[in-house]
Amino acid sequence: MSGAVVAGARTPGRTATGPVAGPADGPWLLGVRHHGPGSARAVLAALREARPAVVLIEGPPEGDALVPLAADPGMRPPVALLAHAVDDPGRASFWPMAAFSPEWVALRWALDHDVPVRFIDLPAAHSLALKEPAPEGPGEGPERAEHAQEEVTPVVDPIRVLAETAGYDDPERWWEDVVEHRSSGGDHGSPGVDGTGRGGIADDGDAASEGARPGGTPGEALAPFVALAEAMSALREAYGDGGQPRDAVREAYMRIQLRAARKEFGDDVAVVCGAWHVPALAARTTLAADRALLKGLPKVKTDLTWVPWTHRRLARQSGYGAGIDSPGWYGHLFEAADRPIERWMTKVAGLLRDEDRPVSTAHVIEAVRLAETLAALRGRPLAGLGETTDAVRAVMCEGSDVPLALVRDRLIVGESLGEVPDTAPAVPLQRDLTRSQRTLRLKPEASERQLDLDLRRETDAARSHLLHRLRLLDVGWGDPVAGPGSTGTFRESWRLSWEPELHVRVAEAGVWGTTVLTAATAKAASQAVAATALADVTALAEHCLLAELPDALPVVMKALADRAALDADVGHLADALPALARSLRYGDVRSTDTAALTEVAAGLAERICVGLPPACTGLDPDGAEALRGRVEAVHGAIGLLDTGAEPGQGLRGRWDAVLHKLAARDTVAGIIRGRATRLLLDEGRLPEDEAARLMGLALSPGTPPADAAAWIEGFVGGTSGGGMLLIHDERLLGLVDAWLTGVPADLFTDVLPLLRRTFSAYEPGVRRTLGELVRRGPVPEGARRDDAFPVTGGFGPGLDRARADAVEPVLRLLLGRPPEPAEAAV
Amino acid sequence: MTVSSTTAAVEPEAGAQVLRPHAEDAFADELKALAAADDRPRPARWRLSPWAVATYLQGGTLPDGTVITPKYVGPRRLVEVAVTTLATDRALLLLGVPGTAKTWVSEHLAAAVSGDSTLLVQGTAGTPEEAVRYGWNYAQLLAHGPSREALVPSPLMRAMSEGMTARVEELTRIPADVQDSLITILSEKTLPVPELGQEVQAVRGFNLIATANDRDRGVNELSSALRRRFNTVVLPLPETPDAEVDIVSRRVDQIGRSLDLPAAPEGLTEIRRVVTVFRELRDGVTTDGRTKLKSPSGTLSTAEAISVVTSGLALAAHFGDGVLRPGDVAAGILGAVVRDPAADRVVWQEYLETVVRERDGWKDFYRACREVSA
Repeated sequence: MSGAVVAGARTPGRTATGPVAGPADGPWLLGVRHHGPGSARAVLAALREARPAVVLIEGPPEGDALVPLAADPGMRPPVALLAHAVDDPGRASFWPMAAFSPEWVALRWALDHDVPVRFIDLPAAHSLALKEPAPEGPGEGPERAEHAQEEVTPVVDPIRVLAETAGYDDPERWWEDVVEHRSSGGDHGSPGVDGTGRGGIADDGDAASEGARPGGTPGEALAPFVALAEAMSALREAYGDGGQPRDAVREAYMRIQLRAARKEFGDDVAVVCGAWHVPALAARTTLAADRALLKGLPKVKTDLTWVPWTHRRLARQSGYGAGIDSPGWYGHLFEAADRPIERWMTKVAGLLRDEDRPVSTAHVIEAVRLAETLAALRGRPLAGLGETTDAVRAVMCEGSDVPLALVRDRLIVGESLGEVPDTAPAVPLQRDLTRSQRTLRLKPEASERQLDLDLRRETDAARSHLLHRLRLLDVGWGDPVAGPGSTGTFRESWRLSWEPELHVRVAEAGVWGTTVLTAATAKAASQAVAATALADVTALAEHCLLAELPDALPVVMKALADRAALDADVGHLADALPALARSLRYGDVRSTDTAALTEVAAGLAERICVGLPPACTGLDPDGAEALRGRVEAVHGAIGLLDTGAEPGQGLRGRWDAVLHKLAARDTVAGIIRGRATRLLLDEGRLPEDEAARLMGLALSPGTPPADAAAWIEGFVGGTSGGGMLLIHDERLLGLVDAWLTGVPADLFTDVLPLLRRTFSAYEPGVRRTLGELVRRGPVPEGARRDDAFPVTGGFGPGLDRARADAVEPVLRLLLGRPPEPAEAAV
Repeated sequence: MTVSSTTAAVEPEAGAQVLRPHAEDAFADELKALAAADDRPRPARWRLSPWAVATYLQGGTLPDGTVITPKYVGPRRLVEVAVTTLATDRALLLLGVPGTAKTWVSEHLAAAVSGDSTLLVQGTAGTPEEAVRYGWNYAQLLAHGPSREALVPSPLMRAMSEGMTARVEELTRIPADVQDSLITILSEKTLPVPELGQEVQAVRGFNLIATANDRDRGVNELSSALRRRFNTVVLPLPETPDAEVDIVSRRVDQIGRSLDLPAAPEGLTEIRRVVTVFRELRDGVTTDGRTKLKSPSGTLSTAEAISVVTSGLALAAHFGDGVLRPGDVAAGILGAVVRDPAADRVVWQEYLETVVRERDGWKDFYRACREVSA
């Protein structure tokens, strides 16, 4: 067969190898693997040699009008051709193209040589209409079907069949070895399959290797495609449509387009399409039969545009069904002029050095050697990603996967972000936004205005969701402001102002999705994964609830639980809990399902209970003060979380136990001990006698005065009404008083600032009463004992009936009881 | 060489029953069959091709029907990297927590590559330079002065002159100054003997396999100059829970028999539980993959799981009713997990409260753990 190639290839394109790839004078059917750098090189070589008069590319024909934009200097791959239904932007499909995609290479070649380009796949109008109204989300659809041939589909995976026949367990690797690694111009011409010694090699594999052998003869660039087409023909004979019945329709359309192109341009036509389709395009069918297949297809009105894409989204792991594992690596293979392994290792070394890992040139040398020897051991023609990664791990990363993860993230996947010129048509996100603005009667106006929303009303709630979602997408149309007076959770106030540059922001946000909802969801999910600080994730969770993004919530919750589990600083956990508890309350108001949130919050509280006691010891005053605030916040949050449980049970019970532990443990900072005691006292979880005992303990002469002062601040300080407590419980006041008078003179100046801070925060009335009580001095014990009535703390002996009666009517009014007639008579 | 005869003197008489034969003796038949079937290119002085070495370790069936038993059950990728490293004449460093078959792999590699796994330097805190380079036979030295005959070569020196694979166990335990004498050997492939004005140059085929415990980092951390001479392969802990439970129960059974402990009828539940706890804490994630956990500072290796279960069995046999119960293993687990009294205790408490408490059928275990942790 190879003999025929060489002999028949005097004229470019006249490969004369049967019906598939080269009937005399073309057309040239260039079967490729989408996003395959080797395919891209081969396509380029083939186009250079064949110089076709027109290039047909697998893609939606509505995109023809957008082709010239690809030559725009503002256009930088990776980009994607995006088709969406006009009425339902959520129904959309993407055709992503990276710099190393064969389709992109063909497109650019055609534009550079003034050769017309046509997209020949089934129009998006049909494919979108055929698509189920999307529960699948963006990125599925035709693109998915198109790539199904390379992926593990439940039906049949032709490449896998070929690979297994050749003794490979991984179809991607087989394709790499047989096609990608060998069609780069003949540098790696040694047969890949033959040398491995793996038995049972398919004839097709041999054909491919024969065809690609370097020889410098014209027609050589086309030979791999001939061989590949033969392999595919054999496969399709065995497997029919490969379980993708819709392919028949698409292929019928492609054949019709091909026929039209040949009528117009003669046979100088090059077709770039998935290798799987090549035999179908070469098949001899009648025009009428093809037309019949296309009859009665549903149709929707569609719009197309270019959108920027990222390497990350090309990668399979980001969830965009069709894709490749290692766009960065493929990009490298495509760009590297020569010695790809050496250049790759140098790149890796550079990255590791930037991250402060010592990697020398000697490491690079050894890594290259190891990768190449490994490839030889595994019988591969050239070291692939697997070998280079193993070598990088063993030589440069000391066997550790941690730096390797960095390499994977930054280089193998890569962070490349595409650009699209401003002249590209508007993204569907903008349309969706306009639509929502219309239905919600929210006009984008440049002048600033205030909007008050009542979230109990449906429209207002929807408006709030929209504004929150836009904020999440960095489209700052509205800013939340403090509402007028009311602080209810069902009210929200916004300041709205639409600036022209927000259109640009919307266009940028178009990367995330086609509707405001999906875009915000996607962005929130990606932020959750990327966030490093726990507090960021909690804020995000709150935001998701406000913006009602139920689909993003599980991802955020997972991220939150993970961060919380790994965060060793109990302070971070304590900071996160109140926001979560707050979110739960929003959830109540907005009737969102918050079961997941509750679970995470409870887990967080659990961890705080375990971690807090050890964290409260050995603190400096500032640290102790900060932690005291957190203890208070957590106390409040746990109160919100565990409203149902009986005191002493469940989470509450555990928290009480923690507070008891804090209050009783000597090594805990004084201010926290005091605060814990006070919180327990306020909750009624600590008998007053016990509180007094603890206070006496804290203020006993053995304690350093500074510590004792801190305890006092914790116990009665701040705006927590500690002054009233002292006024009403003379015993406590007496303890403080006795302690204060016992502080030695030389230490008094040390504790004075602390005490001042504690007491100066009281209201003037409280301060005055306290002063009076202190001036009066403690009530003599004898006076108390003689009195007939038991004296409540803070009250003088005896009862002044006249003054008590004077208060009574007001008291009744407050309690809502009518004045009793008998009393009224008094 | 004179020394070989000295070593031979301590070797057992032929035919005598040794407790544990060397790998190259125990698997001599397999090695022979592999060598016969192996038609791939072999590096200089290698007994087998790299491919055959990998097959020897991972097991397989030869064309003539000989079954090669797997020596190391683990990712093939690792074995391939290790063998390739030896073929590129870079030294190989096998890292891993205790009980991950580092020594086992290194012995079998040496046996398959050079047919001799005895050129071994055991690294200890007291390993002298003589063990790495050479020593002197002082009687000879005093009688005849410095000469080649008075020299006592180290296993490494012999490996160099004969083009064999040498092994160094517990590299990081060796004092740093002794470690450094490896640098010249590995980079210049020569060992100078200044006393004689001579040197020993390594013959092709010489290479070195070192093992180190990566939890011992910081004991005698390798200098980066030495580190650079090694390719590193980290041997992982057992991949699946079932494999680990299997290893633990088999080992416990063996040990139990040698200690004459009565066999525990319901031991398997507790073994599974111990392995689950160890794996979850080690991996930092629960078995269902839903909850992340903090990991304690201890290694929690399979070997430790074995000792926890064994001591639990002993407790049950001597002080309990002979059945392995949660209470018997709880204290052992606590001891294995909480190495650092402050940080690890928090990790353990968190694990107890967030994972163990909620798990079905773990109530007894939770209570037992609470009891011993309090």
